[in-house]
Amino acid sequence: MSKAKLNRRKDQLFGYFGVFATVLGLVLLALFIFQIFSDGIGRLDLDFMKALPSRKWEKAGILPAWTGTLWIFVLTAVVVIPVGVGAGVYLEEYATKGRLSNLLEINISNLAGVPSIIYGIIGLQIFVRFMNLGGVLLAGAFTLALLILPIIIVATREAIKAVPKSIKQASYGLGATKWQTIWNQVLPIASANIITGVILALARAVGETAPLIVIGALAYVPFVAKSPMDEFTVLPMQIFNWVSRPQHGFLLNAAAAILILLLIVFLLNGLAVYLRNRSRKKFGM
Amino acid sequence: MKKLITIFVAILSISFMAMSCGDSENTGGGDAHATSSDKGSIGIDGSSTVFPITEAVAEEYRAVAKDVQVTVGVSGTGGGFKKFSRGETDISDASRPIKQKEIDACKENNISYLELSVAYDGLAVIANPQNDWLTDITVAELKKIWEPAAKGVVMNWNQIRPEWPAEKIELYGPGTASGTFDYFTEAICGESGACRADYNSSEDDNILVTGVAGNKYALGFFGLAYYSENQDKLKLVAVDGGNGAITPSLETVKDGSYAPLSRPLFIYVNSTAAAKAHVVNFVKYYIENAGAMATDVGYIPMKDDEYAAENAKFEEFLSSLSSPATAE
Repeated sequence: MSKAKLNRRKDQLFGYFGVFATVLGLVLLALFIFQIFSDGIGRLDLDFMKALPSRKWEKAGILPAWTGTLWIFVLTAVVVIPVGVGAGVYLEEYATKGRLSNLLEINISNLAGVPSIIYGIIGLQIFVRFMNLGGVLLAGAFTLALLILPIIIVATREAIKAVPKSIKQASYGLGATKWQTIWNQVLPIASANIITGVILALARAVGETAPLIVIGALAYVPFVAKSPMDEFTVLPMQIFNWVSRPQHGFLLNAAAAILILLLIVFLLNGLAVYLRNRSRKKFGM
Repeated sequence: MKKLITIFVAILSISFMAMSCGDSENTGGGDAHATSSDKGSIGIDGSSTVFPITEAVAEEYRAVAKDVQVTVGVSGTGGGFKKFSRGETDISDASRPIKQKEIDACKENNISYLELSVAYDGLAVIANPQNDWLTDITVAELKKIWEPAAKGVVMNWNQIRPEWPAEKIELYGPGTASGTFDYFTEAICGESGACRADYNSSEDDNILVTGVAGNKYALGFFGLAYYSENQDKLKLVAVDGGNGAITPSLETVKDGSYAPLSRPLFIYVNSTAAAKAHVVNFVKYYIENAGAMATDVGYIPMKDDEYAAENAKFEEFLSSLSSPATAE
């Protein structure tokens, strides 16, 4: 066999492997979604969305849970975006490169690998006990914001790095200050990638259970939270609670709740893709 | 950039609208059967075993006093007592009596309380339906299988009784963090937490059900409710605690003959909270309805005179409180 032929064979084999890997992932996902769908779709109706939790599975609903998840999404976004983007801009544009910034960089990357329950323990001590917030929405949002902060900082930095130097130089050349350049040139161009990163991180946050259990999110909440200082539950808590119940009907409820959670995450991801494409077109990147 | 911000703000406002919409549906469906004008909130946390009963009582109580907001968490019995001893909750759910360490923590923070039993929970020893040799087992035999020294030694069925098959016992049980595990190990091995480590464990009892149902040589233990809901897939084993083999059932758990694998479930009421009228009424309602609710969610109710005794205990506790009950 000639060397060229061998290389072609290798190429072919790797192609097959790629197809296999892709199909495997898709088949598993399809099986999972099919299972959840066939279990949950029968329970999914407007009453299920409007009802409070109940000991009777056929009467139980997820109103406090899905509204809690939306609250957590919005509050976490409000807390994490200014801090995360601010830190990213500082590290990329202002911080002098040196040992200190290297150390910061490594630590931020490491933080992204810390198990989420550890953030729950930090949240419990700092927000719930020390700041005396109690196990309320705001404490949950702060905790989840901490959890996804590293991801957003890294995403912001990568987005800013991708902005062409020529644009910044042109801006300086016209006499703009650093802040004017960042606000009027760098951030608009980087925004699509930043928002993509933010939304993917938030999608992760709304799927978290462990840190919220630790800070004291509840399992039975008979009301819709009206302010960030209200106690709350979220969809993953409700699902977790239902899958461990002995009655089979609760498993169907859990499947239906998973469908709603999937829908929320799917919409978020779709939004991220849309924003990215839109901005790419606009700035021709 | 501005457009992106506009889009984001639009999404936020839609979310908020959706929330306030759900909100109006909630309060809009006001309850006409309200019989109490009590107002206030009651914070409950603790055992996930007791949770279904408390959830059921709280759910029914909405129809009685719609302005009393009862919230229930599932931090576990220990986690619940931690919050209770800091005065963070009004009532604590517990699947075991309070420990000395927790009593001390309450004393330190000047928290006094009352313990009330609300129902029984039976622990079932379970085998696979294809298992045709095992119908009953003694506590001593269970100990031989589950004690820490059994690890790597007691592996086959015929090591327990010679006539049983020479096949490996596949063991299934709840994880070490659960109250069910504490209670089983205490009742069987004589010390809470003393257990062999080489068994299939899961915090989710439904996984244990699937495990035992799928293996002819399996042996497991978990809450009786999980057997009741999966009777076609499992085989219930009678347990001999010294007075003959007893099969767990509503009757045998209720009258105490299914020993030692049945236990009472508790709620603990903070005395400061018990000075508030809406908490007092809720607790009375709890005792009154605990039996029916326990049955509904798969637990075993106590006898009527036992509930009457709990109620009397609560009344006595109330009159012993130095400050008279005040309405809020």
